[in-house]
Amino acid sequence: MEPLHEKKLAHLEEVANRVREGVIDSLFVAGSGHSAGPLGMADIVTALYFHILNHDPKHPDWSDRDRLVLSNGHICPVQYVAMAYAGYFPIAELKTLRKLNSRLQGHPHRGALPGIETTSGPLGSGLSQAIGMALASRLDNKKNRIYCLLSDGEHEEGNLWEAAMFAGKNKLSNLTAIIDRNNIQIDGNTENVMPLESLRDKYESFRWHVLEVDGHNIEQFVDAVHEAIAIYEKPTVIIAHTIPGKGVDFMERDYHWHGKPPNKEEARLALSELRTLGKRIRSEHE
Amino acid sequence: MINESLKLNTKIFDTDVERVPIRNGFGEGVVRAGEDNSNVVVLCADLTESTRADAFEKKFPDRFFELGVAEQNMATIAAGLGVSGKIPFIASYATFSPGRNWEQIRTTVSYNDSNVKIAGHHAGISVGPDGATHQAVEDIATMRVMANMKVFVPCDAIEAKKATIAAAKIWGPVYLRYAREGTPVITTEETNFTPGKAEIFWESKKPQVAIIACGTLVHSALLAAKELEAEKIGVIVVNNHTIKPLDEKKILEVVKKTGAVVTAEEHQVIGGLGGAIAELLVKKNPVPQEFVGLQGVFGESGSPDELIEKYGMGVKDIIHAVHAVIQRKK
Repeated sequence: MEPLHEKKLAHLEEVANRVREGVIDSLFVAGSGHSAGPLGMADIVTALYFHILNHDPKHPDWSDRDRLVLSNGHICPVQYVAMAYAGYFPIAELKTLRKLNSRLQGHPHRGALPGIETTSGPLGSGLSQAIGMALASRLDNKKNRIYCLLSDGEHEEGNLWEAAMFAGKNKLSNLTAIIDRNNIQIDGNTENVMPLESLRDKYESFRWHVLEVDGHNIEQFVDAVHEAIAIYEKPTVIIAHTIPGKGVDFMERDYHWHGKPPNKEEARLALSELRTLGKRIRSEHE
Repeated sequence: MINESLKLNTKIFDTDVERVPIRNGFGEGVVRAGEDNSNVVVLCADLTESTRADAFEKKFPDRFFELGVAEQNMATIAAGLGVSGKIPFIASYATFSPGRNWEQIRTTVSYNDSNVKIAGHHAGISVGPDGATHQAVEDIATMRVMANMKVFVPCDAIEAKKATIAAAKIWGPVYLRYAREGTPVITTEETNFTPGKAEIFWESKKPQVAIIACGTLVHSALLAAKELEAEKIGVIVVNNHTIKPLDEKKILEVVKKTGAVVTAEEHQVIGGLGGAIAELLVKKNPVPQEFVGLQGVFGESGSPDELIEKYGMGVKDIIHAVHAVIQRKK
């Protein structure tokens, strides 16, 4: 990974904002899907695809690539938009999200779209698949890294803790998990539905290296990934504190936006807010 | 008459026929697969000796992974390995894997088309004294219903070894079903085993019924055929080791000759081998069929022989089913 210069950081912030616009566009056209999570993870997903991952969008099956496993498959619109912008497929194809015969399935499917590393949607199973990839890399003496995006709500699944236990025991230092700690899930706030705290203590007791970042501060996140790469004896988890619906005022922090798309008027409002935000980002860096 | 071209064990009908647990075939087969291909890895969930995965662990310690009691994690880690160039075998009791981890297998192995081989042990009621919690009697149904999944049910330890080696060479998800108890050895090293190809083990001159069996009940079907011969009732016995993809051509051929079918399996009569055969015949050649298997109830503790008798999967039950299906031919 290259060092993050001021100019590159400004570029990433701009791209992240465009990714948010793309998310609103495609969700509106799709007419169903999740809004809050994709907007909240736009900064991190952008940082991964445009700075962190060692990948080649023109050769998605290159065997030495870094792997990005999206365990919380329902936020796939943000991954699709970032992948399209990165060159995996034509941007125009984003309009096919959730439609018949589309490669952009409502929840991502490995068999449908090159660059999707694994099928996901049912929660709690992504971390263990990432572990399988990390083990394969270790067996083959590959230097690539495995990243796994997790939601906070999916930490209610038992499979995830089985995986956490295994990764700690096996000191999988080529694995970095990233938790979208946005505190919401379908039925409400996570701490009301099922208290998850302290996530830090839980992971530490499972023998992980734990870092916490502001999930909207790309610089902080990239620093944390650098630290994860430097840790040799443990897997690392980055708890990224995010604001669900980030960038769209009326969606921010409201769990009702977890599982629904914007209607026409809401999309118009959201896009106008994001464009204003985009102008501000550009002027700040000039 | 025994099909001599298959070079079956000449002692099939002897009371002292050698009995070997079918699971031993997994242990030997997976070591061979590991020797043939360095990408073969084995995962086990705290049942390493019992599933016979210990031989692989000993020989290839770096390619063996102990999961602890965590079958969901085992299936999903294997899914990740399987999309990364590895050929993982996951071993546990079939009630737990593919039982407890069914959805993980559906999404991350089957739909993902990951190259994972699921070794389900202690299948059938003959698991015995452990009781119904440990007797997998739904696994053929729950695996064969999945797209992309192939299903093998070997009839003895030698065939189990061949099926295990073959599974490693076949691309994509495979379910292998192994029984616990010592099972009569029917085949020999020379007996042909081709995935997807059913074999006629016995054919009488004027067969009236085809007995299509899999796993441990293939031997019982042969004993039944011999007794029926004394009654002057001719049958064909088919060893249908591959439930999916089904050897439709061979099944339709034998059914054309007999006009009636008895299926026999250590599994619920719903959704297993019998179900697969019925689905085929109702489309292509509807004939009377009787189902030998577990009749929609759970098993219990007991010795394997006692359980097979009490729950209606013995030699006399197969003979009874043959009589019954002949009555229905009119």
